[in-house]
Amino acid sequence: MLLEAAGIRKSFAGVHALRGVSFDLRPGEVHALVGENGAGKSTLVKIIAGAQTADAGSLRVAGQLVEHYTPAMARALGVAVVYQQPALFPHLTVAENIALALESGGPSRGLWRRVDWRASDGRARELLARAGCVIDPRRLVSSLSMPEQQLVEIAKAIGARSRVLILDEPTASLGTREAESLFGVIDSLRAAGAGIVYISHRLEEIVRIADRATVLRDGQTVATLARGAFGPAELIRLMVGREISAIFPKCELPLGEVVLETRALGSRAAGIRDVSLSVRAGEILGLAGLGGSGRTEFAETLFGLTPADAGEILLGGRPVRIGSPSEAIHRHRIAYLPEDRCRHGVVLEMPITANTTLAHLEAVSRHGWLDNAAERSLTRGLVERLRVKTDSLYTPAGALSGGNQQKVALARWLGTRPAVLILDEPTQGVDVGSKSEIHALMTDLAKQGVAMIMISSDLPEIVGMSDRIAVMHRGSLAGILNRGEATQERVLSLALGAAGAA
Amino acid sequence: MRRGREVALALAILAVAAVMALGAPGFFRFENQRDLVMANMPVAIVALGMTLVILTGQIDISVGSQFAVLSVAAGVLAKSGLPTPAAAVATCLAGALAGALNGALVAYARIPSIVVTLATMVALRDGLRWVTQGAWVQDLPPGFQWFGQSQASSEALTFGAVVLLVAAFAWGLGNLAAGRAFYAAGSNPEAARLAGIDPARVVFAAFTITGALTGLAAFANAVRFSQIPSNAGLGLELQVIAAVIVGGVAVTGGQGSVAGVLEGVILLGMIGPALIFLNISAYWERAIQGAIILAAVALDHGKATRALRRADAAALENHAQRA
Ligand SMILES: Nc1ncnc2c1ncn2[C@@H]1O[C@H](COP(=O)(O)OP(=O)(O)OP(=O)(O)O)[C@@H](O)[C@H]1O
Ligand SMILES: [Mg+2]
Repeated sequence: MLLEAAGIRKSFAGVHALRGVSFDLRPGEVHALVGENGAGKSTLVKIIAGAQTADAGSLRVAGQLVEHYTPAMARALGVAVVYQQPALFPHLTVAENIALALESGGPSRGLWRRVDWRASDGRARELLARAGCVIDPRRLVSSLSMPEQQLVEIAKAIGARSRVLILDEPTASLGTREAESLFGVIDSLRAAGAGIVYISHRLEEIVRIADRATVLRDGQTVATLARGAFGPAELIRLMVGREISAIFPKCELPLGEVVLETRALGSRAAGIRDVSLSVRAGEILGLAGLGGSGRTEFAETLFGLTPADAGEILLGGRPVRIGSPSEAIHRHRIAYLPEDRCRHGVVLEMPITANTTLAHLEAVSRHGWLDNAAERSLTRGLVERLRVKTDSLYTPAGALSGGNQQKVALARWLGTRPAVLILDEPTQGVDVGSKSEIHALMTDLAKQGVAMIMISSDLPEIVGMSDRIAVMHRGSLAGILNRGEATQERVLSLALGAAGAA
Repeated sequence: MRRGREVALALAILAVAAVMALGAPGFFRFENQRDLVMANMPVAIVALGMTLVILTGQIDISVGSQFAVLSVAAGVLAKSGLPTPAAAVATCLAGALAGALNGALVAYARIPSIVVTLATMVALRDGLRWVTQGAWVQDLPPGFQWFGQSQASSEALTFGAVVLLVAAFAWGLGNLAAGRAFYAAGSNPEAARLAGIDPARVVFAAFTITGALTGLAAFANAVRFSQIPSNAGLGLELQVIAAVIVGGVAVTGGQGSVAGVLEGVILLGMIGPALIFLNISAYWERAIQGAIILAAVALDHGKATRALRRADAAALENHAQRA
């Protein structure tokens, strides 16, 4: 056994995150860990990695009973982790980040040891290639997008050549192609006898790659199933304790006027050119493409983060210039849910209430005075609807599980009534149950006439929820598909740049 | 691209030097240069420690008060009969102790560093005033001043030692695992912890090292005079922090280099004497230094925004090329 955890308990200030969880990992297997948001998956991972200490229970790593366990010890015992939140150093380059992860067991091992930063460039390049991407190792991590950071984390973990590899939602922000190369890496590591713990809310991935799956619910182990004994429906039933259809609650509505239109829009700073599309009131326009194809950059241009320098933006038929986010929000009523919730989405120190109402304080205040009761009731409504797992509305967002943070970031915009709502990966890291709830909320907004642009790497979601799908490739538009004619294959082939696929 | 600050400062220093060469060549006389260097020695030494503190995202405003206490301590230790080298070591240890107190309160008691060092700044300064009643340390033993040697060789010794120290810090921060720990802990403490680095220990070390260096600076400064004032180091913390920030160390932590800081010390240190040589009122000194600090901060901000945009564009470019 590579790992044996028994009776693990952990609570945070009264919140029981884990209540007696047992888990083990054999050499040469992929053991999946599934559960709703807040079920305790990441907490278990952090305990196995030494990043948090269990309140009770025993943990054996590589057959050895560990006590006073630390991240450095975990690494020495051959455990590598890709955490749900990338844990990189923003001021260091990609190569330096990778070198730091590989060469040191922390400075405790040889504080005066010399580190050769130059040699690490080539190594970083090679590991990134194995992780399935090309990122210049000399770039500063602060300039990387969310999926790029995720890939650097994966490269770090591969490079550690560990016996145990733990991946906490590695594909949450990755597209199909990157995910495929990750599965390739996982297969070869498994064949080499390593053990892999794999966490994901994309159940089709679990069914495809896992040899065993353990289901957590409310901090307890519900079941551990062997390959063949679980399918998506079975997993959902065990996770949620009730039946949920994974069907998209799409309502085809009569569309209204064109709300937003771009004509040959371009921005050199954002690296996009010649994007012409339009969104109508009540329409959900899916924006698909590979990571780095310019989807997020297009959204940032519309939101005034990287103002356009070519082409036109028309709102309600009139040409406008959007120079800054504050202009976008207040003058043009454009809202944007960014893809990186930690850097731009939620304010980690602020409570759920303040995070939820941050973008529409006028709804919960009178003459500038905050009405606490109104704030509470608005927040409570959204928290219940989105099933945010928390015991208080005043919990700081930083203490929520990853998926629940995403829900809070989303709640902020779902509470407003913008003219145009841009959602960048709205359901990343969100469990199946809450995902369909978010989709239902989007449908409600559509009924109220909000024009939506939904960026997503999740192909079933794009195809299931969009009225039309615009596919981007290398910074410009590769084609637009109507709901009837869109299939996952067609979207993908456009995204890959296959000419004339539309 | 990451060396931009060092280049800009070097150019600024050259520009000032050029003005002086044209306007007041006397500025470059050996005696003047020597005085300038010796007067700025404490700033340079303490700035090395402050670089570590600010890299980890903290601040230490108590170094001026520490400097005063440690100067007096140096004299008292020397008068107690300790040989001068032993007194020097003891002064550094006393400094390390003071720094460790700051460090423990910040790193382990988790009190914000500005609060902790504000408290120690006031406590040390007022405590010293109370103990000495304002009296200076006099009648120092003969082996104390100039380390018992000629002024020239003593100064050469100090200068050489500081050059070595700066070089060691510059190299160590860039090339040793321990050096990277300071950047890591300041850049993203949580990531550092997960990488097996203990950010609290790093912060503690930064403050302790700063204390020890303040002790060294105080001793090296004390031997230049025949008596030791009980109010030394007034405003030293501001000079040091200004130099570090102008030198390009990000106040938010995680970014900066020793080379830049050294240039910051030189640039800010040469403004005052240069004005005197140019017969410009010394009142301008603060104004000009303030302008330099503002310029540095503004540059940092602009650079950060531009770099982000450029990087995004580069990312796409990259992607386009490979696809
Ligand atoms: N630092 C913390 N302080 C307080 N509560 C915490 C903290 N970390 C986690 N929790 C709580 O512990 C529970 C389990 O969280 P955990 O992050 O393990 O969930 P998860 O299964 O990984 O969910 P997700 O799928 O959303 O990532 C949650 O209720 C969460 O709010
Ligand atoms: Mg999690």
